[in-house]
Amino acid sequence: MIEIVVRHRLGAFAIEADIRASGRILAISGPSGAGKTTLLNMISGLLRPTEGRIAVDDVVFLDTATGFDMPTRLRSIGYVFQEPRLFPHLSVAGNLRYGARFARRDSPLVGFDEVVALLGVAHLLARRPARLSGGEKQRVAIGRALLSNPRALLLDEPLAAIDDARRRDILGLIEQLRDAFAIPMIFVSHQAGEVERLASDIAVLSQGRLVEMRAGAARPRSG
Amino acid sequence: MFAGVGLDEALAFTPAEWTAVFLSLRVASVGALASLPFGVAVAWLLARRRFPGKSLLNAAVHLPLVLPPVVTGWLLLIGFGRQGMFGRFFEQAFGLVFSFRWTGAALAAAVMGFPLMVRAIRLSIEAVDGRLEEAASTLGAPAWFVFGSITLPLAAPGILAGLILGFARAIGEFGATITFVANIPGQTQTLASAIWSSTQDPAGEAATWRLTGVAIAIAVAALLTSEALAARISRQDAGE
Repeated sequence: MIEIVVRHRLGAFAIEADIRASGRILAISGPSGAGKTTLLNMISGLLRPTEGRIAVDDVVFLDTATGFDMPTRLRSIGYVFQEPRLFPHLSVAGNLRYGARFARRDSPLVGFDEVVALLGVAHLLARRPARLSGGEKQRVAIGRALLSNPRALLLDEPLAAIDDARRRDILGLIEQLRDAFAIPMIFVSHQAGEVERLASDIAVLSQGRLVEMRAGAARPRSG
Repeated sequence: MFAGVGLDEALAFTPAEWTAVFLSLRVASVGALASLPFGVAVAWLLARRRFPGKSLLNAAVHLPLVLPPVVTGWLLLIGFGRQGMFGRFFEQAFGLVFSFRWTGAALAAAVMGFPLMVRAIRLSIEAVDGRLEEAASTLGAPAWFVFGSITLPLAAPGILAGLILGFARAIGEFGATITFVANIPGQTQTLASAIWSSTQDPAGEAATWRLTGVAIAIAVAALLTSEALAARISRQDAGE
């Protein structure tokens, strides 16, 4: 269960969304400037909405009605940013370990070797991020987020910075993540079609407002 | 060779001159290193935090840059002299006396170099991409760890430049030092005050040349070191 009910004003721009998704994978789509990344920032705690309630499964991250606002570092949200934001002074291994260092301990840990194998980055471990391709950076960023043992994984336009040939790889990877780890995922894409088959729920935003909420192809059939 | 001073004379350092040179190196190193943690802390506050009184702090940090050094020296004497409020505290708490000691020269050097140090460090902290710090916090890192593992290493070239600037400024410190701790050979007579003394001495021309040469050598070495270290660190960051 993913619950994102927020109202927020950013100067002239206002966001108002009431998203309640029962599935494990929520896709947020809509044209650029619709407020998709803003929502992810609110879920991760990097931006505090004027008012609202954000919860994933049984864990409440924010509830302005009671004045509760969990700090970002305690939310255990694995956030894969649109630009990978790898630490330039650390090797790939150093970046991955940074994620593992403060991993949540109250649920089984995601294994380092397991993640390295799944993402196919074993041969890159000693490299600095400056010497990785766009797709490789993206993989390392996903690995770093996974190793923090997150309560939810946020992916902001995971396909945007990647050439067409690599898109299938990353899409396949997201599918694998969905099957290998029982982590709720929220991802943002401006192309609804691309994410349709992966998502269990799709929220469509336009100009800061939720305009459509529908089931995706991956929605488990009930009954 | 140098305006009527021969080469042999220009190299004939007296023990008193060496004392002044080494005292200067000690005063400047201790002053710059001891003020570095404060410099980093203040630079971080100014670069990354918003708080009431921030512009006041900024102004206070820059004050030694714009005040006449003799005023700064006199204020240090009032505050850190043996009768001064801070001077008494340091003497009672740590047995540390500043007035007319080399430690006072180090304090004056630290205060006078502080604005330059903070400025260089602040710029380098501001240049660190705040989005990397955000990424670290989403991975569960507490603020102090983000600072130590992301901000500090990425700002390292600027911190080093700030340290060396502070050191170089300290080597050149004269006005505040001579006001605060006077010009006692072997105690508080630094390179700069030794040069000033030798210019007051009709027979001091050769000594002036010798000490001036040392001052220039130290300044050039500091600048070259700073450049070389900064270049090396930026190469490392580029992953080469």
